[in-house]
Amino acid sequence: MLSLIVFLPAVAAAGLVLVPGSAPRRVFVGAWIAVCALDLALVIAAWLTRGPAGGYAFEQQLPWIPSAGISYHVGVDGLSLPLVALTAVLFLACAVYSQRETRCVKAYVTLFLGLQTVCLGLFVALDLILFFLFFDLSIVAMYFLIAGWGHEKARAAALKFFLYTFLGSLALLLGFIGLYLAAEPNTFDIVALTVQNPLAGGGAYAGLVLLAIGIGLAVKTPTVPFHTWLPPAHTEAPAAGSAILAGVLLKMGTYGFVRIAMPLLPTSWRQYAVVIVVVGVVSVLYGALVALAQTDLKRMIAYTSVNHMGYVVLGVGAAGIVAGTGEQARQLATTGAVTQMVAHGLITGALFLLAGVLYERGRTYDIGAYSGLAARTPVFAATFAVAAFASLGLPGFAGFIAEFQIFTGSLAAAPVATAIAVTGIVVTAALFLLALQRVFLGGLRFPDAPGTPRELSDLRPSEVASIIPLLALATVVGLLPRFLLDVIEPASRALGELVAR
Amino acid sequence: MNEDPGALVPELLLLAGAVLGVLLGSWLPRRRQWVVRLLAAAVCVAGIAATAAAMAGPPEIVFGTSYAIDTATNAVRLTVLATTLLALCLSVDTAGGHRRETEFYVLLLLAALGTVVLAGANDLLLLFAGFLLASVPLYALAGWDKSALGVEAAMKYYLTGAFLGVTMLTGAALFYGVGRSTAYGTLRDSLTAAPAAVVAVALVAALAGLLFKIGAVPAHFWVPDVTDGTPPPVAAIVTTIPKIGGLVAAYRLLEVAVPTPVVDWPLLVALLAAASMTLGNLAAFFQTSVQRLLAYSTVSQVGYLLMAVAVAGRTELALPSLLFYLAAYAVTNLGAFAVVCELPAARTLDDYRGLARRHPGLTAVLVVCLLGLVGTPPTAVFVGKLTVFTAAIAGGLAWLAVLAVVNTIASVFYYLRWIAPAFLSRRSSAALAPAGRWSRVGAYSAGVASVLLGVAGGLVLPWVTGGLIT
Repeated sequence: MLSLIVFLPAVAAAGLVLVPGSAPRRVFVGAWIAVCALDLALVIAAWLTRGPAGGYAFEQQLPWIPSAGISYHVGVDGLSLPLVALTAVLFLACAVYSQRETRCVKAYVTLFLGLQTVCLGLFVALDLILFFLFFDLSIVAMYFLIAGWGHEKARAAALKFFLYTFLGSLALLLGFIGLYLAAEPNTFDIVALTVQNPLAGGGAYAGLVLLAIGIGLAVKTPTVPFHTWLPPAHTEAPAAGSAILAGVLLKMGTYGFVRIAMPLLPTSWRQYAVVIVVVGVVSVLYGALVALAQTDLKRMIAYTSVNHMGYVVLGVGAAGIVAGTGEQARQLATTGAVTQMVAHGLITGALFLLAGVLYERGRTYDIGAYSGLAARTPVFAATFAVAAFASLGLPGFAGFIAEFQIFTGSLAAAPVATAIAVTGIVVTAALFLLALQRVFLGGLRFPDAPGTPRELSDLRPSEVASIIPLLALATVVGLLPRFLLDVIEPASRALGELVAR
Repeated sequence: MNEDPGALVPELLLLAGAVLGVLLGSWLPRRRQWVVRLLAAAVCVAGIAATAAAMAGPPEIVFGTSYAIDTATNAVRLTVLATTLLALCLSVDTAGGHRRETEFYVLLLLAALGTVVLAGANDLLLLFAGFLLASVPLYALAGWDKSALGVEAAMKYYLTGAFLGVTMLTGAALFYGVGRSTAYGTLRDSLTAAPAAVVAVALVAALAGLLFKIGAVPAHFWVPDVTDGTPPPVAAIVTTIPKIGGLVAAYRLLEVAVPTPVVDWPLLVALLAAASMTLGNLAAFFQTSVQRLLAYSTVSQVGYLLMAVAVAGRTELALPSLLFYLAAYAVTNLGAFAVVCELPAARTLDDYRGLARRHPGLTAVLVVCLLGLVGTPPTAVFVGKLTVFTAAIAGGLAWLAVLAVVNTIASVFYYLRWIAPAFLSRRSSAALAPAGRWSRVGAYSAGVASVLLGVAGGLVLPWVTGGLIT
């Protein structure tokens, strides 16, 4: 079942490669949407039929390189299933959104389908090398996406993205090798390593392994000070690429924390939890403050990603501070962190697609170039406002549920850090309100193309069909979160026990 | 005493192929020299079959104590023969119909024989004989097309080789002087009582020749000139085939003959590895000629390969990782060169503009092979790098693994400098005229093999697992 979900897009991509590039654009885009919809349907079916909570559902293990302890091992639990669903939803939204893409459509579609396989594969991988394989391939695919379909300075940004995140992935690999060598018998299997807990004794070796894995994941997340690749990559990437980058690829880093770093290195995680909390809080504040200073809309959204991912890091860090907190609080922090991943994926995905809408109309992301758009494009303005309010954590949206749980869970463990982090919300609120005010209110101003005035149209049907469902889903999670929390909570309880052992 | 020639069937086949090839080539008219090509290919296929049969047998030392036939030798035989077959495929478009076509194939077969002998040599004298056999045909091959650059490359190659070969012979003499033997097994026992300083000098001198063969720092000066000055197939052969035997020879010499308490050779090899990967990468950074870029890339790859040699005997993973990485490197490097062979007019990185539109298949091979050389999963070099890094950390050289990681990231930069232009649009495309069918077949086979070897790494690794026979 899982293998089918993961490899369906790749198989479809392989099939599309055989179709001649001169075929009409509709063939590729139509096939793309159909495959994404089918994949989403499969994920929903998996969600409904996953069986009793606890443990891994749809587990499958095949030997791959047995002599090196590597196997093809996949399975989902409450930590990964929401992210798998998020991936399927976002890729479908991007497929619907990209109907107007005209440059090399065949390559664009096959690349996106391949990237979807890679992202889904990462979230279901239960083997460190399988995880690494998908982690690395996501970098390669995203590199080509940014370099091939990005804006003016895309090649430099893509190169920076590749080098930076590749550094992270290789640091991760060193950490994985460290875990492999510590285990007896040597294995890369996440489940076996969790049971074995080879580095339970802590010490310098375990610390170094955690450092390597931590750097690798921190680059991908990204947290301060490893975030510098993110703004250029986002600014130069095409809108759908940005949505996937922020919505799915960033989650790979934070997912790595809950899937690998916490259960496999519990002793060191507890030992250095304070460091992680500090990194999280710094990311929250720094991301928010730098976002406040941006004049480029897409860059601003990119920095709010640093801010939002900071909350996740704060949550997982606080879950490691065992002393003085109950199990309840730790579980709440972890659940909040996972919910935040989903919420951020939906809301920021929508925001980046909306930024893409703006760019397509005016060919610039400069906030100062626009004013008073609400009068001419009411639907666009309303949608953007909803997305902005969702992103700043207004009650009723998914982000609120997530951040509330993170703060409640972290308060007892790290009261000072949590108090500082809450101020991040205020800054985010300020920057989104400012941006809304500048772009949509006031007298109408709009960048014209040289010579002729550009048409300023409201959201097109394909844009509505891709963005509104994301925001609707964020609202559903915000109002009726139980269907999601029921999935996450058993897994985060199990994770809490693993960290505390 | 086992002096059964039946143990040496693959080597004898290569020799017979070379001798028969010379004879045939002398009598055949120029347009029928493809018969020699066919003969060479048949010899390789027969050699692969013979090796497959030999792998079932137990490891043994034959012809006194001079030649070891074990997992390592068999793996090298297989890799070299398969690589030679692929190299033949790449050469057809360049050598086919040439007046010295036969010579090309014969020299290739002899060089392949030499590199296999290097890997199996269990005696310093045989090691030197293998060195000569692997070197002399390649000097001639470097000057094969008689172009000005080719002749200069051959000259430089020959002079470096002659100098370092004599150094190697001096090392062998010193070993003989203090160890009273040239057989590895006897040396291991006798060297423990020998003066450490002399053993160290002898080891460094003996290694000099092998470092020259594999193109490692500090004996790498010939690599860029020979790679850049010769036709692409020759460059592919020179940077791939000798490395296979040379690295295994170094591994065998160090692990079997030289006891670590006498000379701290792991540190020496680790430093050589570090220097090779770092200098190779730094030099490759801003190259504009594709062949020169590949040349420096091979120097850095040797650095990663030497990591496995540095932990020889200290972890079970060292030898399998070296053998697997060698096979992975050989096929991936040949794949990258195959693209160069197919587009002989494209000499600079900028000439590759528009490749994706004109030759999408070749672009795919180029991306697979270059990202493969970086070590992106699921290609073969990834599995090689994973095992080599694991071996290095398990063998106590974690700093070297960290350095290798930093180098790997640096290498992404110049490989991407080559990949990126391929996707840009181009004004005219005279530089992208294909050379012919065979290079294309070679490129596709190498690209597919590079991915398959990685995906099926689990099936291959058990075949290269097993220690050296001592």
